[in-house]
Amino acid sequence: MRVMAQMGMVMNLDKCIGCHTCSVTCKQAWTNRAGMEYVWFNNVETRPGQGYPRRYEDQERWKGGWTLNKAGRLKLKAGGKAAKLLGLFASPVQPELKDYYEPWTYDYKMLVEAPLGDDFPVARPKSLITGEDTKITWSANWDDNLGGTTELGHLDPIVEKVRRESNEKIKFDYEQTFMFYLPRICEHCLNPSCMASCPSGAIYKRVEDGIVLVDQDRCRGWRQCVTGCPYKKIYFNHKTGKAEKCTFCYPRIEVGQPTVCSETCVGRLRYLGLFLYDADAVTGAASTENEQDLYEAQMDVILDPEDPRVQAEARKQGIAEDWLEAARRSPVYKLAKVYKVALPLHPEYRTMPMVWYVPPLSPVTDLLKEQGHDAEDAGNLFGAIDALRIPVEYLAELFTAGDTSKIDEVLKKLAAMRSYMRGISMGNDPDDAIPEKVGMSGEELYEMYRLMAIAKYEERYVIPQAHAEQAHDLEEMGCSLDFEDGPGMYEDSPFGEASGTPTPVAIENFYALQARQTSEEPPGAASLRGRVNLLNWDGTGRPSGLFPDPHHPAKSAEAKE
Amino acid sequence: MAPDVGVLDVVLWGVLPYLMAVILVGGLIWRYRYDQFGWTTRSSQLYESRLLRIASPLFHFGILAVLAGHLFGLVIPMSWTEAVGMSQEFYHFNALFVGGVAGIGTLGGIILLIIRRRTTGPVFMATTKNDKMMYVVLVAAIIFGLWTTLASVFLGGHGHNYRETVSPWFRSLYILQPDIGSMAAAPFSFHLHTLVGMALFVIWPFTRLVHAFTAPLHYIFRPYIVYRSRDRQQGSTPVRRGWSEVGLADRERDRR
Ligand code: HEM
Ligand code: SF4
Ligand code: SF4
Repeated sequence: MRVMAQMGMVMNLDKCIGCHTCSVTCKQAWTNRAGMEYVWFNNVETRPGQGYPRRYEDQERWKGGWTLNKAGRLKLKAGGKAAKLLGLFASPVQPELKDYYEPWTYDYKMLVEAPLGDDFPVARPKSLITGEDTKITWSANWDDNLGGTTELGHLDPIVEKVRRESNEKIKFDYEQTFMFYLPRICEHCLNPSCMASCPSGAIYKRVEDGIVLVDQDRCRGWRQCVTGCPYKKIYFNHKTGKAEKCTFCYPRIEVGQPTVCSETCVGRLRYLGLFLYDADAVTGAASTENEQDLYEAQMDVILDPEDPRVQAEARKQGIAEDWLEAARRSPVYKLAKVYKVALPLHPEYRTMPMVWYVPPLSPVTDLLKEQGHDAEDAGNLFGAIDALRIPVEYLAELFTAGDTSKIDEVLKKLAAMRSYMRGISMGNDPDDAIPEKVGMSGEELYEMYRLMAIAKYEERYVIPQAHAEQAHDLEEMGCSLDFEDGPGMYEDSPFGEASGTPTPVAIENFYALQARQTSEEPPGAASLRGRVNLLNWDGTGRPSGLFPDPHHPAKSAEAKE
Repeated sequence: MAPDVGVLDVVLWGVLPYLMAVILVGGLIWRYRYDQFGWTTRSSQLYESRLLRIASPLFHFGILAVLAGHLFGLVIPMSWTEAVGMSQEFYHFNALFVGGVAGIGTLGGIILLIIRRRTTGPVFMATTKNDKMMYVVLVAAIIFGLWTTLASVFLGGHGHNYRETVSPWFRSLYILQPDIGSMAAAPFSFHLHTLVGMALFVIWPFTRLVHAFTAPLHYIFRPYIVYRSRDRQQGSTPVRRGWSEVGLADRERDRR
């Protein structure tokens, strides 16, 4: 057993309102650069829908991920190493810009500089690739909210498959359709096929936290990883000629902050935390023959952080005590393995994805409501889950390689939680028959509810900081600070306040922001020792310390503590 | 040294090759050390794929065959091929046939590539001055190369046997005793091709062509999954001499 730690994410799809805030903030943080105009490390797809890039799930066409060869061993779907090298000169399977979309901007200058005339000036769309006028025909979320789905809905590869297998048509009529949002980032897989496809060996998995990164210096632009990733989450920067991908915001994770997409998520549906897993078991699990058993195999690779044997082994591998503690408190572990409500996206690609999803109950409840039933009643819900096969089959194609029984189980747990908690909040006695039906105790169901519905920031994001003794390796930090119990930078420095190495701005702002959001007082009262961080001052009151005490400049700071 | 060797010959065939080698090797080392980030194919397949899928393999397989042909013709002495019973005619037929096919494939490939580059808007916009200059030299080298292939067969009615002129000179360069006389005796077409070839090698380290030197053959031998530790690596470049860490003990993970 080789225990390794992996940062993972869980998204609770029922809560996603499809606002794209995560995509936009991620883009602002990481990809608003030339050559990356079309790149969305985080994108939000409406399902049913084609996804981004279009129809990326059609692996017969795109050849992403792994398959098994005749001997039952893992093999890249796009071909072995020799075949890959021979196909290097022009990649045989490679999405083009037209499979993504041609990014554009508008000629805004026209609006203010057009000469006076009878016609309104217009801001024409300009291609960001050629700079010429362009006609907008597609985008990263063109079929948002089922836009155009009556015509193009059949192009969703999952719709295709469900239709083929169930002889029943997924209806795109307004009253009969279902819809949910699927936010996607790189899965930071345990068995990444992007990495396996990279001839240069430039893509690597970090031993400490499992984050998958592209070494920009070692990448030579062969683009095999773009083909290799079945989720199409490696993008080619057409200006620099290098592949880029979601970084799991590692500079933030290293200092204990959630990723940008999680931090800004409006639905607060993302959870971050650690998994412990057995690295030696990954290849074996990924080679599981039956696709529908891959989910269970993946669960077996994930280790129980409470198990003393696992802990002992983890210590032997040099995993620090606070990381083990974080693994025990990990919300993603609880959702995936304890409550078993979070499922991996497309386990059949055999990459062992580490971003998990709680499938949405809303397709079922929406249809119930549509038909005038009580969508909170356990009986109704259980019946509907059994009756409404199409949404369930669709979800199964996404999360369990088509095994509907697992989707049923998860949806029933969610349904049970819903009606159980409704009973309680209506003042009734808890109806323990409900949790029993899904094999849980009332207490467990309540704990699950707490985690899924009302968990606070610190419970949703349990991120152990990278070790201070490694601080000199971290991107943003020039010195080692004491991160054990919060911001070490407010400690007294030996040579007066501003001595020593300066605190990186992001960290200072993060703690100040946190202080402001969680306290009633005007900002800067205590945490900044009487000083005010103007970057975060929202104008509330007049914090003392905004101006120094004219009589006792030194004393004023102390008095406020 | 043969009597009909002029100063110009000495400069061209005795000095230039070494100058070229210094620039090529030095340039590559410099680029590798200081411009890892710029070392890429700068692929344009994202913009256009249909033509590229034909043109690029055609060109690349062609140029690799041409490279192999050069090695065969320049490095292996005539006496060796004769020793294994390969007649002059047979050798020439092969050189013309294989070399010609490879050369024409290469030329056709690069012409297609250039047409694609010129006519596909986004690809043309992504073409730098450096690329254009490189293409001029590369195309010239290929065209003059094809000319020498023809010359080696048809020149003066019976063709020119470069394996008695260019090849001995080429080999002599490596033992640092350039056989300038042999090279000087070669026809003009060979002189021209050699000069343009040297020009190509001189600009090589400073163009996108560097990608050829990192052809990822090691892929065959490496495991699929790559783990790297954040601890051991400082940024993405290896630690240079003189900058190795001190105080290793404090960098070890704590195991409280
Ligand atoms: C030996 C291994 C080599 C490999 C694996 C290789 C691979 C590649 C790849 C992947 C591209 C990018 C094509 C694209 O997607 O746009 C490319 C472009 C190019 N390569 Fe190579 N190459 C090799 C050797 C060479 C050599 C020896 C030469 C020339 C002497 C060469 C000349 C070029 C040129 C001119 C281009 C630009 C093509 C264009 O887009 O117009 N390559 N190469
Ligand atoms: S999802 Fe991420 S880690 Fe997995 S194969 Fe794709 S790029 Fe690699
Ligand atoms: S920010 Fe949250 S709610 Fe909004 S689209 Fe992204 S994941 Fe969904």
